[in-house]
Amino acid sequence: MTAAMALLGPARHVVERNLMSYRRLWLIFASGFVEPVFYLFGLGIGLGELVGEVEVNGIPVEYAAFVAPGLIASSAMNGAIFDATFNFYFKLKYAKTFDAMLVTPLALPDVVKGEIIWSTVRGSIYAASFLAISAALGLMTSWWALLTVPAAMLVGLAFSAVGTALSSSFRSWHDFDYIQLALQPMFLASTTFFPLSVFPDWAQPLVQATPLYHGVSLCRNLAFGTISINDVGHVIYLLGVMAIGMAITQRRLGRLLLG
Amino acid sequence: MSSGPASAIKATGLTKRFGDFVAVAGIDLEVEPGETFSLLGPNGAGKSSTMKMVSTVSPITEGELTILGLDPSAEGREIRQRMGVVPQEDNLDQELTVRENLVIYARYFGLSWAQAKERADELLSFAQLTDRADAAVEPLSGGMKRRLTIARSLVNTPELVLLDEPTTGLDPQARHLLWERLYQLKEQGVTLLLTTHYMDEAEQLSDRLVIMDQGTIVTQGSPTALIAEHVTNEVLELRFADGPPADLDQHGWRIETLPDRSLVYADRGEDALRRLAELDVHPTGSLIRRSTLEDVFLALTGRTLVE
Amino acid sequence: MTTATFGRPSRSLWHFLEHQFRRYRTTWRATIVSGLVSPMLFLGSIGFGLGSQIDDTSSLGTLDYASFVGPGVLAGAAMIQGASLGLWPTLGAIKWEGTYQAALTTPLTAAELATGHILWIGFRVFVGSALYVVVLTLFGISESWLAVFAPFIAAFTGIAFGGVISAFAATQDRDNAFGLITRVVIAPLFLFSGAFFPTSQLPLVAQWVAAVLPVSHAVELCRHLITGQFDAATDGLHFAVLMAWLGLGWFLVIRSFTKRLSS
Repeated sequence: MTAAMALLGPARHVVERNLMSYRRLWLIFASGFVEPVFYLFGLGIGLGELVGEVEVNGIPVEYAAFVAPGLIASSAMNGAIFDATFNFYFKLKYAKTFDAMLVTPLALPDVVKGEIIWSTVRGSIYAASFLAISAALGLMTSWWALLTVPAAMLVGLAFSAVGTALSSSFRSWHDFDYIQLALQPMFLASTTFFPLSVFPDWAQPLVQATPLYHGVSLCRNLAFGTISINDVGHVIYLLGVMAIGMAITQRRLGRLLLG
Repeated sequence: MSSGPASAIKATGLTKRFGDFVAVAGIDLEVEPGETFSLLGPNGAGKSSTMKMVSTVSPITEGELTILGLDPSAEGREIRQRMGVVPQEDNLDQELTVRENLVIYARYFGLSWAQAKERADELLSFAQLTDRADAAVEPLSGGMKRRLTIARSLVNTPELVLLDEPTTGLDPQARHLLWERLYQLKEQGVTLLLTTHYMDEAEQLSDRLVIMDQGTIVTQGSPTALIAEHVTNEVLELRFADGPPADLDQHGWRIETLPDRSLVYADRGEDALRRLAELDVHPTGSLIRRSTLEDVFLALTGRTLVE
Repeated sequence: MTTATFGRPSRSLWHFLEHQFRRYRTTWRATIVSGLVSPMLFLGSIGFGLGSQIDDTSSLGTLDYASFVGPGVLAGAAMIQGASLGLWPTLGAIKWEGTYQAALTTPLTAAELATGHILWIGFRVFVGSALYVVVLTLFGISESWLAVFAPFIAAFTGIAFGGVISAFAATQDRDNAFGLITRVVIAPLFLFSGAFFPTSQLPLVAQWVAAVLPVSHAVELCRHLITGQFDAATDGLHFAVLMAWLGLGWFLVIRSFTKRLSS
């Protein structure tokens, strides 16, 4: 952990600041993790009784086992989004946290990197906890499933970067309604709960364009040990989203904070 | 950069433009190490823009600027390592306690956790906040928040501290406590650059100051020298029920007419008041006071500092 | 104070609602999103999408899965909307903007203010719900003219939750706990109150909890009204439970607002 932190350079102090701020808010931190768990029990297991089996890459699997890896990706997204949107915007516009950082030896790239990495850490903790619960319920059958954690980190990085890019472009709290408006359909439609083939042909490319779809597919293939060359595509897609989000964030913050 | 004992800050033709708007219009200034230097002027004079350029967060549009002998555009990180900044509006971290604010800030400067905690405790006692160490920031009074912000700017034991409007919005008692802390820093040889629109603050604290207006420097010097140079020793303030008599400026004194009162600049206010009685001028109220930097500003720009 | 509370609504209460209605011009979009779009997403993805994977719907009675879920999420979404309108807007009006303190410098009393506050929540829930019932009709899910009463049930659900939760929000100084409530209380109520699968599949203790709380009753009521399964005896009981919670919410919000704002 400490060695990994040292790699971050000055950006690690930004991560430290966020860790410190959650020390007293651990209950709130922990609560961010429960939502996907409720979905696993509610839809995966509760509704699973009605659904029966679903096919993954031609193999029939129990419905709860189908849903679980998708929820690992969703956990990472949720965790990343909390701190990359509302909290980021609050620090940027109201608390002036970044202004305070920028008169210290920290520079803008340190702040951007530190914030994105922190949100990713939060998302990854949720994803790893979710993996542990799913495994305990017997929903993980392959050792490959352990790799869903680094996969979830990629999801976290992508959503953190997009989240900070959007938040730094927003002009008021009302704009956050749009994030909600985008996240909810993405969560429900990104093949976490049912396979892509359920969608009509015209809608499938729309689903495939969302970053969460790539995260869900990657996690699901890893969970069942059915990885293929396609998964490289998922990884590249998520990294690309991260790079674009990070570049936009850096640009916007530069304009807002270093006028 | 410069040879010999470098100046803490040196600006030549320093300019800041935002589109067509000129915030700072080519100013020259030089702050010596250990000096307390003020930028005095009304809102919108260009003080804060100057401060932002010196704090390295705002790139300069034109001219030259060196801070602690370094170039802010290339060596910002090195400059900030040796500088402390107190912003105009407190930007304390509301999600952290009083002590945590200092500790995490010290981490930004690369202090180890142990050093950071030790430094935080020293500064808590400097800011007289030791008994609030574990409290939340939000419920602190304005004066306490300000002291904490100043303490935070000192975590890296800076050579130069920038203070943007350090006492705006504080009650008189809190201001005096803050000034006393700033004197202490000055005693320790720290260079202070502060902006203010309070002339009494500039007079109390500065060794030298510049008066700024509309992006330019109107005049500079020590507070006493500026007063001696531009105005008389005393001012006689007069109030008239029906406005001042039209010939008030015909008696040899310089007169300034403000919306609510007239100022008569005379070396001895008593004498001037007696003279006026002889001339059959009878104000409804009068007050004799010492001249201040406010009068200097008024004499030079025809306007008051605080509207 | 409270004796006057349940009397005839005064003119000031009407003025309060008028004021809120003027502000509605800038906020109605968000109301539509959470009241209409959100249940539509669940209908589409879970009702139709996941529904297509369900082979055996015998435990749902005679309904297909979309007809089961569609009316259920009407009540669930009404709860979520009522709860969130009770959280941030309440604290906002009391703490951040001070608009409720300002309202009390007029002849309006705290009890009237609290009543207006939850009526206004009910109105906003009603608008989204009514539109959603139209959508259900377009999808052929509404089978009975009684469906016109469903938006009222949704509004009552919104008021019941909005009342209880506003009463809590008015005791707070920060919104720290709000996310926690949404995630730990409201989200599971949404998933486990019979909107997506019958509560009879829950463990026994959870079934009792569901029976005491109002959501599962609202879910059943909406489902019966819309799909033509209305039965006066069982649905009368559901309605009674819902109204008891509405009364409790009303009582609590008056008490809480009075304590916070006029003492």
